[in-house]
Amino acid sequence: MSELTSLTLTELVKNIKEKKISSSEITKAFIDRSEKSKKLNTYITEDFASAIEKAKKFDENPNFDLKLPGIPLAIKDLFCTNGIKTTAGSKILNNFIPTYESTVTQNIWDQGGILLGKLNCDEFAMGSSNETSYFGNVQNPINENLVPGGSSGGSSSALAANLTPITIGTDTGGSIRQPASFTGTVGLKPTYGSCSRYGIVAFASSLDQAGPMSKNVKDCSLLLEVISSYDTKDSTSIEYKRDKYSEELTNNIKDKIIGIPKEYRVEGMPDEIEKLWKKGIEYAKECGAKIVDISLPHTNYALPAYYIVAPAEASSNLARYDGVKYGFRTEGENLIDMYEKTRSEGFGNEVKRRIMIGTYVLSSGYYDAYYLKAQKVRRLIKNDFDEAYKKVDAILTPSTPSSAFKIGEKTNDPISMYLNDIFTVPVNLAGLPGISIPAGVDKNGYPLGLQIIGKAFEEQTILNIAYSMEEKINFNNNITDWWIK
Amino acid sequence: MAIDLKTIKHISKLSRISLEDEKAQKLAGDLSSIFEFIEKLNELKTDDVEPLTSIAETTLKFRTDEVKNDNIREKILKNSPAENEDYFVVPKVIE
Repeated sequence: MSELTSLTLTELVKNIKEKKISSSEITKAFIDRSEKSKKLNTYITEDFASAIEKAKKFDENPNFDLKLPGIPLAIKDLFCTNGIKTTAGSKILNNFIPTYESTVTQNIWDQGGILLGKLNCDEFAMGSSNETSYFGNVQNPINENLVPGGSSGGSSSALAANLTPITIGTDTGGSIRQPASFTGTVGLKPTYGSCSRYGIVAFASSLDQAGPMSKNVKDCSLLLEVISSYDTKDSTSIEYKRDKYSEELTNNIKDKIIGIPKEYRVEGMPDEIEKLWKKGIEYAKECGAKIVDISLPHTNYALPAYYIVAPAEASSNLARYDGVKYGFRTEGENLIDMYEKTRSEGFGNEVKRRIMIGTYVLSSGYYDAYYLKAQKVRRLIKNDFDEAYKKVDAILTPSTPSSAFKIGEKTNDPISMYLNDIFTVPVNLAGLPGISIPAGVDKNGYPLGLQIIGKAFEEQTILNIAYSMEEKINFNNNITDWWIK
Repeated sequence: MAIDLKTIKHISKLSRISLEDEKAQKLAGDLSSIFEFIEKLNELKTDDVEPLTSIAETTLKFRTDEVKNDNIREKILKNSPAENEDYFVVPKVIE
């Protein structure tokens, strides 16, 4: 039965449609494997009993016209699920049960998807290693005591370990692409406005996007097709013609022009990343793409700008957790004391750190010097991309400046942790789509990813390039099931 | 820029997050190094740059103003640590 869990989404859908396997069989296989994989700590909340019920119901009255017919999947615990605990990896939401469903998850259930459970993540999606979660760190199935990346670390780990065939994450500064890179999986951050933010626990509203995570590019295109929709419940959702990404997927990328930004050759970048990038350029050429050098001159300013904009928005978004409307409260001598104690005990260190940075940069006398300045720099970064896209169709870069690191290695140095997102953050600041695909391994055999960045709303182009390169790269994830005795 | 203990206490108050002295000291160090990192932005001249406030430059759409009543009052109140009939309960604010 365990082979079922190693099938891709596309294979599972095909088998279900041909009635070779039932939704119940698939659902049980993923549950069995999840039960044996507790050591990875991927789940915050399991919903196995009701998943089995739903699969049974699907099998009794199957609808094979759906895009995810009876397909079970686990999702990041940042998406609100009606009637099911949603924690955002935080103590302060430890007993929060939403009364509504996020649009992205609703789209999945409408297409036949079945919820297996809610996956671990960094607290309020603030982190690059899943170590800030109140529910403990997550193991990377690649090797013991290795971080799975973050913030969607439970998602990337569960996917690579075959506990779910596909999953969804959220990406504010790299939280889908970096964990995908660390686990040898595929992750895509769509254009800002592509996927509705309704019902997603907010971190930084002008940067947050939900996106698909999968074992290959084809699965990624199908899941994007399901979750991307125009939604009146999100005022920043954008109405535009969305492609049928999976149907229009092609490996023909002849004459596509791919830019290589020289500013991404950062100081201290390991040799193996440089080599991987060069290899990626060769693959792209073999696929028929034309390679040109480009410049994104303000790249170095993206991270500092991000660490003003994101915490500022977070400090505002997280003001709602005051011990009144949601589960957690620490009693105090008066109202203010109750607020201060609740927030002090309910939030973890990284979240508190970011709320305080955000509060400071928005505070009287500092707004212009920090927040306004960062917004202006954000404009310069977007202008860089606009200029580059006059000449190229897409941009190829490494996904991360290193492979997965050891648990605990970077927890005491916030800046070195933040530097993980150096290649992914500019994409969020400019609102563009970006995909990370596995492209090789480092000297330890740990996966390394390449990122393809596209023009706004042109997910199809980067999916096609990724699809074409994936064939040439022919990456195989080396996972030994070390956590299963 | 170095963030001193006094500033940390001020931000902590604005953020409504109480801090013990030991934690405040550690945060002062963390925030100082983060702000030092952030100050790289001052290398750029941005006087004539328009700030980018929203990446989705769309205009807000009108919709009909209709009441949608799902009768979920009880469920919403259940998420609160303290409720009394139809109200959230907070510590006494008026003497």
